[in-house]
Amino acid sequence: MSVALIDYGSGNLHSARKAFELAAANAGIGGKITLTSDPDAVRRADRIVLPGVGAFADCKRGLDSIAGMNEALNEAVIAGGKPFLGICVGMQLLAARGLEHGETAGLGWIAGDVVALKPADPALKIPHMGWNNLLARRSHPLLDGVATGENGLHAYFVHSYHFIPDNPAHIIATVEYGGEVAALVGRDNIAGTQFHPEKSQKLGLALIANFLRWRP
Amino acid sequence: MLKLRVIPCLDVKDGRVVKGVNFVNLRDAGDPVECAIAYDRAGADELCFLDITASHENRDTIFDVVSRTAEACFMPLTVGGGIRTTDDIRKLLLAGADKVSILTAAVARREFVREAAEKFGSQCIVVGIDAKQVAPGKWELFTHGGRNRTGLDAVDYAREVVALGAGEILLTSMDRDGTRSGFDIALTRAVADAVAVPLIASGGVGTLDHLVAGARDGHATAVLAASIFHFGEFTIRQAKDYMAARGLPMRLD
Repeated sequence: MSVALIDYGSGNLHSARKAFELAAANAGIGGKITLTSDPDAVRRADRIVLPGVGAFADCKRGLDSIAGMNEALNEAVIAGGKPFLGICVGMQLLAARGLEHGETAGLGWIAGDVVALKPADPALKIPHMGWNNLLARRSHPLLDGVATGENGLHAYFVHSYHFIPDNPAHIIATVEYGGEVAALVGRDNIAGTQFHPEKSQKLGLALIANFLRWRP
Repeated sequence: MLKLRVIPCLDVKDGRVVKGVNFVNLRDAGDPVECAIAYDRAGADELCFLDITASHENRDTIFDVVSRTAEACFMPLTVGGGIRTTDDIRKLLLAGADKVSILTAAVARREFVREAAEKFGSQCIVVGIDAKQVAPGKWELFTHGGRNRTGLDAVDYAREVVALGAGEILLTSMDRDGTRSGFDIALTRAVADAVAVPLIASGGVGTLDHLVAGARDGHATAVLAASIFHFGEFTIRQAKDYMAARGLPMRLD
């Protein structure tokens, strides 16, 4: 089994690769985790991960700047049905539009917009930074065995914008931050986490292992 | 709900931890990576490295430390100390730091904060504020470990750097640092309430009650401490249990 972590200049991916390697080893899943910016490697991979830190437009620009990457992603994920995980801005890029510093088109795989966080309680700080619980709206293979709810495990968040999918059924889990914020979104073979599983210790490693086992 | 963060801070000089961490049996208590792994296992919510390497020739030692830590720890890592240029930031982020803390360079040239935030995103730009009380209810920003006055009001400065794009403030009371007499709560609250970004309180922690006060009375969203954890006086878990027992939201995974 091979996993392609797409490297498009959005931050350091070594810790993400290590987290995937450790999760795979813990779960007894063999396989190769590769950092790549090669569209053909994305086509050949069994599973695809799109990380992302920084601003929506910058990340999209980075992705667009790799010749053939958008085509390879569409081929592998949309036509090919391969399991896909977006992380943080990589999750936000699933949206049709990002409204951070102007309007930017996303991948458009899940209809909806990425907009600024505006917690109902003005005392809450932006960015939403730190550890928060996941509130599952429904079961999903990525959450198998992961304790959710107020007494469940925590995930590490750091973001100032959030994804509002048009179809609420595309929200798998939320997080409470002055209102409901999408934490895990998905449809079919596509999933995305607003939090950083590679920085989320127990919960993160469990979710990554679930992704590696996922057969959508 | 979002939890308060407890952040141990390690002073790193020439790639080695100053004084070391003595709460567990480490093969090498001076190895920052071993200390980081110990804190990762102990349930720290984040980790902070403060690089106090003085000589220019040894500045690169921190990149190796950060890179080895990022490969072994699955928790957020902030690195501060000696960051002067966006290239310094880029190198630390590429080595695996999640956030960088800038202090002197931001005082010297405020636009540096904007440039850094625009280039890397506010979420990874922490601005450090070292403050000393100069009059009742007035605190001034100092640099160089509290030796150099800047003439800048700490609260005004915090507002200014946040407007420029700082995503978090690391506030240290230079009056309290190393005294173990607790955070300067009035300072912490004045800065925390003045800005819309998260604030890490630092300087003066000697007891677990000090951590409680920093969050409850100082309105900090994270508390940073060094010696009480490094020398095994309290474990991270004891600190978090204690804070939770006093009604503060803590992660006890």
